[in-house]
Amino acid sequence: MAPPAETAPVFEEAAKREYKYGFVTDIDSEFAPKGLDEEIVRFISAKKDEPEWLLEWRLTAYRHWLTMQEPKWAFVKYPEIDFQDAYYYAAPKSDEDKPQSLDEVDPKLLETYEKLGIPLAEQAVLAGVAVDAVFDSVSVATTFKEKLTEAGVVFCPISEAVQTHPELVKKYLGTVVPYTDNFYATLNSAVFSDGTFVYVPKGVRCPMELSTYFRINAANTGQFERTLIVADEGSYVSYLEGCTAPMRDENQLHAAVVELIALGDAEIKYSTVQNWYPGDENGKGGIYNFVTKRGVCRGSNSKISWTQVETGSAVTWKYPSCILEGDNTVGEFYSVAITNNYQQADTGTKMIHLGKNTKSTIISKGISAGKGQNTYRGLVKALAGADGARNFTQCDSLLIGDECGAHTVPYIEVANPGAQVEHEATTSKISEDQLFYCQQRGLDPEEAVSLIVNGFCKEVLKELPMEFAVEAQKLLGVTLEGSVG
Amino acid sequence: MSLLSVKDLHVSVDGKQILNGIDLEIGEGETHAVMGPNGSGKSTLSYVLSGREGYDVTQGEILFKGENVLDMEPHERAGAGIYLAFQYPVEIPGVSNLTFLKTAVNAVRAARGLDELDAINFLKFAREKGEILEMKDELLKRPVNVGFSGGEKKRNEIFQMAMLEPTLAILDETDSGLDIDALRIVSEGVNKLRASDRSMIVITHYQRLLDHIVPDFVHVLAKGKFVAQGGKELALELEKDGYAKFGIEDDADQAA
Repeated sequence: MAPPAETAPVFEEAAKREYKYGFVTDIDSEFAPKGLDEEIVRFISAKKDEPEWLLEWRLTAYRHWLTMQEPKWAFVKYPEIDFQDAYYYAAPKSDEDKPQSLDEVDPKLLETYEKLGIPLAEQAVLAGVAVDAVFDSVSVATTFKEKLTEAGVVFCPISEAVQTHPELVKKYLGTVVPYTDNFYATLNSAVFSDGTFVYVPKGVRCPMELSTYFRINAANTGQFERTLIVADEGSYVSYLEGCTAPMRDENQLHAAVVELIALGDAEIKYSTVQNWYPGDENGKGGIYNFVTKRGVCRGSNSKISWTQVETGSAVTWKYPSCILEGDNTVGEFYSVAITNNYQQADTGTKMIHLGKNTKSTIISKGISAGKGQNTYRGLVKALAGADGARNFTQCDSLLIGDECGAHTVPYIEVANPGAQVEHEATTSKISEDQLFYCQQRGLDPEEAVSLIVNGFCKEVLKELPMEFAVEAQKLLGVTLEGSVG
Repeated sequence: MSLLSVKDLHVSVDGKQILNGIDLEIGEGETHAVMGPNGSGKSTLSYVLSGREGYDVTQGEILFKGENVLDMEPHERAGAGIYLAFQYPVEIPGVSNLTFLKTAVNAVRAARGLDELDAINFLKFAREKGEILEMKDELLKRPVNVGFSGGEKKRNEIFQMAMLEPTLAILDETDSGLDIDALRIVSEGVNKLRASDRSMIVITHYQRLLDHIVPDFVHVLAKGKFVAQGGKELALELEKDGYAKFGIEDDADQAA
């Protein structure tokens, strides 16, 4: 696609910036040997030119990690991971290794993009085609950045934030997910490669939805992302994570950490459409997505809302949670998780009510097809001080075929006699009646399943930002392809 | 040439023979009633015509517009113009009637080589057809059949038929579960949809519906075979003398 002439300077600027921070300078030389020890941790920190305190934090985490055991309680099965048989720092692929044009990209992948209705230029970015071929997205990224700077919003790679806003990173990093939290989060703390940092100043309503997608230089972020979002008093931000197209990733383990902090009267809306490589139809390959996501409503009247559509990964282990610390704070969790073929998902949330009159809502929709196993695991906890705490939980499972499984594991711990906790759960099957009814009206079996599944997920999908919702709907259809007939 | 030509049709379900040699010729624009007691194979006939899984044709053939429909999937038959108004319409939670119909209308339009309707034209079309069945806007926006009364469900079936513009409409016991007013709205709707290029098979247990939707031909089905065939007067005879006249036992008469 040829760039329109009048925007060419913006492009050049973006291209230069790309060169400065991007992949090109990093090829070949920046490459840590296999395995993990203190030297590797130091190596990563040095590569990022990090201050001493951050290196120390990483090392403390690493030493703690050595004392920990991999958690085994989730309802997922996978072969033992050899943590010494992995690269903890690998520079992104060079532009020379990348496909130079869409002609070189696997046609199967392009077919999927087409089904999702993704424009060609975006397809190129997603498929990892050398970015300088793609004008549109680069210019968009630049315009975004200018608008955000005007509003005082900091939105950059976390490695950059460590340099430009060390005081903010130091103040908040690890305060929601401490380095001791769990095996994968601790590992992440030691070796995180990059991620996103967002700071929205007091009283500012972030003028646009923030998305990693527009941050081109994050497109090839490694397997240990670290995201930190701080919404200062009275601010609002909506953040979209991941892209809605199948990102190809050869990495096996993806252990990210996301921390959200909402101060008084602030609101954070965090939406994810996760579509990592799920492995093939025989269960070979695919991503282990072991992610720790947690937000804290630190000031009163603040709100954190998680919306996730989990369609990819071979194994998902993920519980986006809210700690409702301030009075009158609100936590929400809306989730759709699909498992097809041999995919396994153990996902849910934790709502921890500490403050008075805190409210939480959990809507979880699990869909299992093929030989997929889908578990909702959730904790609702009201501590003694949580007068007037309320929770409503609804867990619905949908089964397609008779070789899959759905499981619901709710934990409820209430220490305040005034707290109200409601839990509703249903399990249903896509019936042959429904399929035939749709087919008799002209829909082919895949359209029929997609329509029925979208109906089932409606309460969650409506929480997604508009454009995301449309792509998510299509994605549900693509994920379930071949699950009937 | 007939629109629909059924020859020596034998059908079994789970190894049990249900239809034992049906012959049926339906010309363009004709309305045929198929009457019969419970268990005579009426619904089986409607399902095998529309291609439901589990209904095995062991002998005979079905030609629609001269083509063998037994090679076609249910959605391909729908595209070709076969429509089934279900006896028990199915609920699809979370999917609004309009969304469902827009998907369906555009699917059959594509099969018929027509352009997709955009949102505005589709809405216009839906409102227009909705008037025939006295469908309120609110009913169009609700999830498909969820929380609908019996009458609303049947009205919805005929509304969908109006939208999908079939050349052959099969109405499977559309009168069951309807009170007098609902029966009137539904059958008036059906009558408005009768056309020279649209044939209908009206399946019913009772004559009552045929007072409203007057058929050109009547076939009496018992134990998987047509035992009598004639004009609309045949239905009246049945009403007067009951199925017993044809040597058929009818449990429903006793039950009713």
